[in-house]
Amino acid sequence: MKRSGLWGIGVLAAFALLALTAPLHIGDDQLDVVRVDGPRLAPPSAAYPLGTDLAGRSILHLVIWGSRESLSIGLIATALTVLLGTAVGLLAGHYQGRIGQALMHVTDWFIALPSLPLAISLSAVLGQGAASITIAIAVTSWTATARLVRAQTLAVEARPFIERARALGAGNRQVMLRHVLPNVMPLVLVSSTLTVASAILSEATLTFLGLGDPTSVTWGSMLQTAFSGGAVTAGAWWYLMPPGLAILLVVLGFTLTGRAVEHLLNPRMVQHA
Amino acid sequence: MSRYLGKKVAAALVSFLVTLVIGFVIFSLMPADPVRTLTRGRPTSEEQLAQIRVQLGLDEPVWYRFLTFAGDTLRGELGFSWQFQQSVSSLVAERLGPTLLLMGAAAVISIALGLWLGVHSGWRHGTLFDKVASGASLTLWSVPTFWLGMILLVLFSGWFPSGGMSDPSLAATGLEHVLDVARHLVLPALTMVLVVFAQYVTVMRASVIDELGSPYLLTARAKGLTDADVRRKHAVPNALLPSVTMIFMHLGTLVTGAITVEAVYSWPGLGYLTYEALKIPDLPLLQGTFIIFSASVILMNLLADLAYRFLDPRVRVQ
Repeated sequence: MKRSGLWGIGVLAAFALLALTAPLHIGDDQLDVVRVDGPRLAPPSAAYPLGTDLAGRSILHLVIWGSRESLSIGLIATALTVLLGTAVGLLAGHYQGRIGQALMHVTDWFIALPSLPLAISLSAVLGQGAASITIAIAVTSWTATARLVRAQTLAVEARPFIERARALGAGNRQVMLRHVLPNVMPLVLVSSTLTVASAILSEATLTFLGLGDPTSVTWGSMLQTAFSGGAVTAGAWWYLMPPGLAILLVVLGFTLTGRAVEHLLNPRMVQHA
Repeated sequence: MSRYLGKKVAAALVSFLVTLVIGFVIFSLMPADPVRTLTRGRPTSEEQLAQIRVQLGLDEPVWYRFLTFAGDTLRGELGFSWQFQQSVSSLVAERLGPTLLLMGAAAVISIALGLWLGVHSGWRHGTLFDKVASGASLTLWSVPTFWLGMILLVLFSGWFPSGGMSDPSLAATGLEHVLDVARHLVLPALTMVLVVFAQYVTVMRASVIDELGSPYLLTARAKGLTDADVRRKHAVPNALLPSVTMIFMHLGTLVTGAITVEAVYSWPGLGYLTYEALKIPDLPLLQGTFIIFSASVILMNLLADLAYRFLDPRVRVQ
């Protein structure tokens, strides 16, 4: 298990490096549909190692460039998810009376809703674009974090040092933010690596369904243009494979990393997962 | 039993009410001006706009609009599609069958395959078989459904039809029609199975491993039963219990799969309807499919609770 975790981290580091250094070797003129001069929908060749798309752009460049937006939407959506989930979970765990119960009811309702139809509806109403996709992902995936944080908050608040803090005059806010939160965060951050994986998948799915910004390049939008442009009937496998494999590798990378760290923190789970 | 049943049904009804509230908020309160969207692209005077608002009841107070909306939904009136110029309920009714066929086929195959793989990789966990099965399911889980669909389309383009549910040029009837539909069903169902079965493997594998150390298995072995008998007659029935709930809970992910798979294969179901609605976007139609999808997931979760109650005598007694 340890080794697969290292693989995961390695893959993620490679993609992060690619995404960060992309502007150094890919210019606007290689991504602009009007200015490129490559052959249209050509299979891989020496000049275009992964072939070209419908406008004559290099697929290799597009995949590397696409990693920037795909990864950043995934990460921002995860940050929002964690923020929302932690806030709800912390409040629900701390105020165990009516407020806590009400919050958990809301969480349960959201769990019961199918996430993709909800995300589709939200981003369709909010309009095309990265922002609305990000919001839709956060709104549909915060529940898992909320449950985790609530359970952890209950466990932490049962410990004696919270009683001590209260005896010293700590108010609700201080107990939650200074004592409970720091104890809950490590586990939340671990589980968030798994959230990134599903956020990237959701981003690709929503963009494929046509909810993304039509002008930007992401892995999801590449697949969407490929599909609507007839790459499937043309049998243009070189157009379809790279973005999909990139998604697969990144999602797998986050999943393996998350699981490995989870096992480090909770060795008793090793046998089960 | 009846009290338990009543409680669960009441909870499901509350969930449905919440779905209605969320649907109302998203589709009726969030769009800045539905009338402008409706008349988009056509020159309309302010007077006409005001008239449409009155027609649509948008000048009424919010609580009154919600009650009207909830009442209409409960009576099965889901509004009028902008794009198809047809009532949403009739569209949903037309498309329900194909989706149920696709989801049913995919669910049965993936549950059977997933449970079988889960039992065997859990029983022999740590072996090569386990590693291959777990690795394959993890990898397939990390793949976007629609992408897998497109890849399968490219791979099998000559062998199976590339879209739709039947070949209109055949105009086949009877058995011929059934075979035609079955041929069209192969690729979409396969795509969904490949993505969905992984979660059943994980669930079943974990609950088989949970049972492995149990004393009753030792007793069964001491009686001289073969390894296969111990697995089939003792371990699996016990491990199946916790899995059943999880299986029903996960049926919701089939809905997600149905939307993207139907979009790729233009399978004429509710998912494809959603995809078509998104292009406009046709908000009444989206609202209708949102409510139908949510209601079906709530119903499946309710069935999961009841099935668990029925299957596990320990819960029944409590």
